[in-house]
Amino acid sequence: MALDVAWAQTWVRRTAEVIAENRDELIELDRQIGDGDHGENMKRGFTAVVAKLDGLEAPPEQVGDVLKLVATTLMSTVGGAAGPLYGTAYLRAAKVAGLAELDGPAVVAVLEAALEGIVARGKATTGEKTMVDAWTPAVNAAQEASGNGSSPAAVLDVAAAAAEAGATATIPMLATKGRASYLGERSIGHQDPGATSTALILRAAADTAAA
Amino acid sequence: MTAGVALVLVSHSADVAAGTAEIAGQMAPDVLLLPAGGIPEGIGTSVDRVMAAVEEGLQTCPGGVVVMTDLGSAVLTTDLVLEMVDDAERVKVPRAPFVEGAVAAAVAAQQGGDLAAVEAAALEAGVSFAPEGAAAPEASDEVDAAGQDGQVTALVTLRNPLGLHARTAAQVARAVADAGVPVRIEGVDGASVLALMALGTTGGQEITVSATGPDAQSAVDTVVALVEGGFGEV
Ligand SMILES: [Mg+2]
Repeated sequence: MALDVAWAQTWVRRTAEVIAENRDELIELDRQIGDGDHGENMKRGFTAVVAKLDGLEAPPEQVGDVLKLVATTLMSTVGGAAGPLYGTAYLRAAKVAGLAELDGPAVVAVLEAALEGIVARGKATTGEKTMVDAWTPAVNAAQEASGNGSSPAAVLDVAAAAAEAGATATIPMLATKGRASYLGERSIGHQDPGATSTALILRAAADTAAA
Repeated sequence: MTAGVALVLVSHSADVAAGTAEIAGQMAPDVLLLPAGGIPEGIGTSVDRVMAAVEEGLQTCPGGVVVMTDLGSAVLTTDLVLEMVDDAERVKVPRAPFVEGAVAAAVAAQQGGDLAAVEAAALEAGVSFAPEGAAAPEASDEVDAAGQDGQVTALVTLRNPLGLHARTAAQVARAVADAGVPVRIEGVDGASVLALMALGTTGGQEITVSATGPDAQSAVDTVVALVEGGFGEV
């Protein structure tokens, strides 16, 4: 489908579904190297987002309006580090999505802005076993696909695939940021929950765009 | 009467924030202590609670607000709030142990200290909390290996009488953080205010500054220039 405001809402609702479906897995991943709250925090956040969407009196006009609603809701409901991180990501993304519909380059701009927001907030770089390790390859893949003239849906598809590969690639990494860094060497061998939820979010974007 | 600087206590636990306010309040009865702990569902940090506390502190206390944080997401949440408040330059967020820092900061505020003095008190509490001569928690040996590829090392003499105390250590740590390159000073993490203060340096002392990798030279140069400039205290 066209990446318009209707799609943005469908994406967000689909994200809430997949986060709920994967709540237990995210909790288990976070329990291994963190405090075990990521699945519940993300589920609470996206449940609140859906409630906000349901309660809207007038439909949003721009994709950015939907992303901004996600940002402010996650910031005030998630409660863990993911709240400020994803909140900032969606907020920065909203700023470049003041459009009725996203084309390929606009999708790239949204992903780039989200990554910049996460890096600015979390001060993490690649290789530190964080969500940056999923977002960075996603942005790189999207840039390349868009440069080759791919459709917006195809751009999202390669971004999601790269984020999934990036999340898997966090398994052998040593955590040096966040709660997992307290574990030192014992953080090796576990997949990062933030990188995992990033892959779920981008896969939801790609799947709803392809529908 | 309310003292000029307020304290906001951001913990993952509402009980820890409230309990810390209680402890600090014993020694600082006139200081506005604002616990901002937990989320409605339990453990976590809430943008709404931190925002409300910071705004109340700013409105009530002309001297500003010092925010104490416990773990990682408390810092992220506070950073986010500071991006949204109008008066963020009147807010300081020292990286210091939560309870010790809160008590020291509260006492400084009770004694009429200004924003910088209250912030410095929290930072100094962290130093006295650390074992004597302790390096930064994140200090590791790997960067210290001599002869490593691309390592840049410089020797520089501290010109200001007090060496790396709270204010000057903070300047160095900020410059190192801005450089984006890990810099080690006397073997400790140059981006850590607490580690730099724990060195206990004094004026006239020679210190080693080293970094590795791309941009190592410019990062070391930046630190050397700061030290040679005497931090405006010469
Ligand atoms: Mg967690």
